[in-house]
Amino acid sequence: MSAPEKVRPATFVSKVKAADAKRAAAVSGFRDRWSDLPKIWRILAAVAGIALLFGLPNIAIPGIPFRTDEIPNGTSFSFVLSSIAIYVLVAIGLNVVVGMAGLLDLGYIGFYAVGAYTVAIFGSPNSIVATEYPWLVCVPIAIALTMVSGVILGMPTLRLRGDYLAIVTLGFGEIIRLIAVNSAVTNGQRGIPVIPAPDKGLVEETFFPVGDFRSHYWLALVLIIIVVFAVRRLEHSRVGRSWLAIREDEDAASLMGVEAFKFKLWAFAIGAAIGGLSGALFASRTGFINSDGFNLLLSVMFVAAIVLGGQGNILGVTLGTVLVFYLPERFRFLEDKRELVFGVALIVIMVLRPQGLWPSRRRARELKDRKLEAKEAIVSG
Amino acid sequence: MTYLAAQADSFGDLWHNLADLTVSGLTQGSIYALIALGYTLVYGVLQLINFAHSEVFLVGTFGSIVVWGWLGYASGDGGGVPGLGMVILLLAVGVIVAALISGGTAVLIERVAYRPLRRKNAPRLIFLITAIGASVAIAEFVGVLTDRKPVGVPALVSPTTQWQIDPRDIGLDIQPVNITNLQIGIVLSAVLMWFALDSFLNRTKFGLGIRSVAQNEDTAALMGVNKDRVIMLTFLLGGLAAGVAAVLYNLKIGTVTFNIGFLLGLKAFTAAVLGGIGNLRGALLGGLLLGLAENWGAGFFGSEWMNAVAFVVLIVILMFRPTGLLGDSLGRARA
Repeated sequence: MSAPEKVRPATFVSKVKAADAKRAAAVSGFRDRWSDLPKIWRILAAVAGIALLFGLPNIAIPGIPFRTDEIPNGTSFSFVLSSIAIYVLVAIGLNVVVGMAGLLDLGYIGFYAVGAYTVAIFGSPNSIVATEYPWLVCVPIAIALTMVSGVILGMPTLRLRGDYLAIVTLGFGEIIRLIAVNSAVTNGQRGIPVIPAPDKGLVEETFFPVGDFRSHYWLALVLIIIVVFAVRRLEHSRVGRSWLAIREDEDAASLMGVEAFKFKLWAFAIGAAIGGLSGALFASRTGFINSDGFNLLLSVMFVAAIVLGGQGNILGVTLGTVLVFYLPERFRFLEDKRELVFGVALIVIMVLRPQGLWPSRRRARELKDRKLEAKEAIVSG
Repeated sequence: MTYLAAQADSFGDLWHNLADLTVSGLTQGSIYALIALGYTLVYGVLQLINFAHSEVFLVGTFGSIVVWGWLGYASGDGGGVPGLGMVILLLAVGVIVAALISGGTAVLIERVAYRPLRRKNAPRLIFLITAIGASVAIAEFVGVLTDRKPVGVPALVSPTTQWQIDPRDIGLDIQPVNITNLQIGIVLSAVLMWFALDSFLNRTKFGLGIRSVAQNEDTAALMGVNKDRVIMLTFLLGGLAAGVAAVLYNLKIGTVTFNIGFLLGLKAFTAAVLGGIGNLRGALLGGLLLGLAENWGAGFFGSEWMNAVAFVVLIVILMFRPTGLLGDSLGRARA
């Protein structure tokens, strides 16, 4: 590595880098100004933002066709919105594991599947047990079962090194999928139909009509707000600080008295529980699930989404998820080239902005340090 | 009682078909082993899971089909199997082209998706994401080109039985097995390719460079090893092995689809971990063992559980021996 650093003319790359730095500065400037605002303004702005999100399925702006049903062959906008909301919930759960505790979980779809199948099996009259519990009873069962499966997976594997953990979780996700495909309980590709809507048996008329997914979207939105609030509280608690310490240096954290294994297991369990909750939402939204909905590539996409958005930062993670799952719906005209474009975009964005589009401040600083270290190594090497 | 009886039954099935399952397991395992070589080489040098390696393999399968097509041998021509000399020529051309295309793709991936990140000293997770991006992009590119339809492989080698092994001769109640020329060829080529790579690593100057970077990159740099070139070479070697695997896969399976890479890559990686990642001998051993375990497991539990067996094996191995069967050491000259 003795090559001296070349002085380059203002090439395309250096221009992009300069623009990149400017944008980063703008974002952090925006952040400072945001945190300088009086609290009441911040609350009002947040409320306005949330109100906008709630109104989104009913809004159409002429001239800006952001709705996916305004394009030819587009999907119902409320359906897309509810999908994205469910995926955002998944991403928030995965962010606890990957972004906060720094554990690379590539088989997160397994928990999502466990949640979805729990609701299907206990709620549907067509399943093998046919208990037909209402949705509200199924969800706690789903969350409990996914937490248990998180602990079962975590117990033996969390002692492994990072990369091995990634591959073991990938294997776990695939095993769950194979069970879904082959087991009589989950009924493979034929799947389980007639999964109850959230209000089944509670009220006379249903708030979740067939073919209109707005209520599902709103429900998911409410749950997202609750979960985000809870996760933020966790992040700034002793648990969150332990995660941070483990993420940055597990050995040092252990020496300082952080019980690394215990907190990693907690991260797994909490992340799994959120995954289970989103799986439950997914099952009742579609009303029918089969083994096709839980392939590993989706799991990998989730990780891609949160890293793209900026791991560790809940807003960044949300942004990444929305981009990864909304843009393909909006740009249907690319047809079968959508994934190709997505793959190329993923490389380009991550090479230009390894910290993600909207990273947490702490993460951005960590990355800057690493970059400086690399430069120093080149100069001194 | 019925459960026990069922278990005894499936055990009987496994025993009856043991010879057959072993042969197909070894054949399948050879292909895993060849792909695993690429994972293990790159991991040994960079400690990086080259997630896009499965697509390096994929490109090789299609490359050889295309070149055979140019030479006038496409699937479903009905022209029958060409003569022996022609077959050897075609196979040689196919292997060379597939190896070059795969090797080129691997080097390209390194250039585009990894090198810029290495310059920035980015965390490993970011490499994984660009690797996923590369993997999706390449697979989808092939998918767009082929219209997402399966593509047939010309019947260059028609499997004919070379040996028949009948364990009943020595008093074992196992069904006889026919071993075809194709199966022998696949296992032999895999072992040959592994041997070539192993010798290359252990006996040449370039191999010494790779091992030194794997052991300690800073010291290697001080000793005058060009790290970037070594990394490129590592990717190239892995790609070459994947190209050979691609041709063997073509001959064995007979059709290729754009999305075969993902699962195959995952299993090959499992094989690499099983044998001890970063260790070429481990990759060969892991590949063969994984093929065997899978086929025996399929014989016992039913073929629909084949993949589950592979991953359960992986989890169990990692729980009890996280460094794999032979330990993970490319650097310590045991490669």
